[in-house]
Amino acid sequence: MKIAVLVKQVIGSESALVISEDNTWVKEENASFVMNPPDNYAIEEGLTIKEKIGECEVVIVSQGPTRVQKVIREGLAKGADRGIHIEESGQIETDPLSIAKSIVYAIKDENFDLIFSGLQSDDMGMGQTGVLVGELLGMSTATLAIETEIDKEKIRVKRELESGWFQWVTLGSPASVSIQSGINQPRYPSLKGIMGAKKKEIKIVQSQNAEKNQSIEKVFVPQTSKETEIIDTDLNSTVDRIVEILKSEVKIF
Amino acid sequence: MDILVVIEDSRGLMHRMSKEAIAGAQKIGGSITALVIGDNSDAILNELSSIAIDETLVVKHELVSSYNSDGYTEVVAQVVQSTNPDIIVAGHTYQTRDFMPRVSARLDIPFIPDIIYVEQDSYTKQVLNSKLNSSVSSSSNKKILSFQSACFSEEDMLPGSNSSQNFEADLDSSMIRSSSEEPFQESAAEVDLESAELIVSVGRGIEKEENIPIAFDLASAISAEVSASRPVVDAGWLPSFRQVGSSGSTVSPKLYFSLGISGAIQHVVGMKGSKNILAINKDPDAPIFEIADYAVIGNVLDIVPRLIETLNDT
Repeated sequence: MKIAVLVKQVIGSESALVISEDNTWVKEENASFVMNPPDNYAIEEGLTIKEKIGECEVVIVSQGPTRVQKVIREGLAKGADRGIHIEESGQIETDPLSIAKSIVYAIKDENFDLIFSGLQSDDMGMGQTGVLVGELLGMSTATLAIETEIDKEKIRVKRELESGWFQWVTLGSPASVSIQSGINQPRYPSLKGIMGAKKKEIKIVQSQNAEKNQSIEKVFVPQTSKETEIIDTDLNSTVDRIVEILKSEVKIF
Repeated sequence: MDILVVIEDSRGLMHRMSKEAIAGAQKIGGSITALVIGDNSDAILNELSSIAIDETLVVKHELVSSYNSDGYTEVVAQVVQSTNPDIIVAGHTYQTRDFMPRVSARLDIPFIPDIIYVEQDSYTKQVLNSKLNSSVSSSSNKKILSFQSACFSEEDMLPGSNSSQNFEADLDSSMIRSSSEEPFQESAAEVDLESAELIVSVGRGIEKEENIPIAFDLASAISAEVSASRPVVDAGWLPSFRQVGSSGSTVSPKLYFSLGISGAIQHVVGMKGSKNILAINKDPDAPIFEIADYAVIGNVLDIVPRLIETLNDT
């Protein structure tokens, strides 16, 4: 069995965000980059299946500039077999359909049985790439999987629906499944894994610039519509003010 | 402008966010067609009959009697090809996220999801963990849009009337490669968050499982229920029936006392109807502060134990 895990490198949630001069994104030099947190669960699910069935290859796939090789290496250090880096130069693509077409171009000859992806990225949050790639490759698709069961020809996934409902769906192979965060406990790479990852192959493919269908015109700080009282003072005054709010303003007692 | 609204069946009734999508289509303006699919279409047609839309299309077919990704993708793609709308809209629900990207890929129409604000041809969506907004535009002459909860209000839906007709979808069983089982709910909830008057809600800022009792101590000092954001539930620190947000409960208490919750959109949609929101977070840029009435900047682990002491003394 061959499993691809689509991962993205995103700006870490602790990074200070400084809007770029042209207002279309934030300054990269002020940011630290990390594995998109939901993608850790997709990698873990792939590795768990590999450990369970034995004969299985897990391939980490990521599109972006050279820096994204860091998250591919991270996947390899955790136990994936090899990586595919779809290299972008110049402007980073944000149109999900263009990204999906570029990924399809890079992986179509691999004939993956399964593609896993995180539910959405922390940066753009489009939540589409795994499904788009699956559809373009003629695969079955499912989203927000909170449990998976693998059979030879089939994968059964428990999909999360809204408001505490769930549904089991059995997909024919090949299939592309997006993984809900919390499905497993992602592992950390071991020292041996980190050393071993250095020897693993990362194939580099140039990204394809498909026609752009949508783009970001500008990013901006959200305007609050609410009048918010900001309490930023020493501990005693903060506690006193909260007690007063509870008693006199929200009147909970 | 021709607009197709894809209506979602939520256990026999029209999904709340489909109503908001209709209100959105009416606001954008144009000739509006609503598409209803499946076994519950009669009940949903009844709901639609008093709304100002131009036409309702109904698809009844055994292969799409209930939701499945393969069947819905096929039906929506066929309707789009046959009726040629300029814009296809839907609520940004889990179901939309499950199949709408496939329609986008199949017909090569861009899908702009999770929109919180519409202004002419520019669509605002949140980016970077809800810390910034972005305006997205598309040069394509066709687009698919999904609206986040409360982008439009159900109350703004204009009343009127419409005619309905059947759409004969061309489906055969070879198109359906997945089989879906009946939806189900897991173990019954031990608390009724949706009718709770006061809620103390705990997020990642509580840092570790051993600190969870702090939230319960505060809750007992003010007679509140305890809820949580998704990361706390994912970590196994609290059971899923305590989760507030798009995959959990939607709450509207008199007080929502948020402890170390950053305020990602998936959480905010479940609690923004609260009458008073008091949030403590050490990150002054946490998005929760945008909707808070009281924004307390500081460490939950310093403030809350002292607060409990003070409350218990008085």
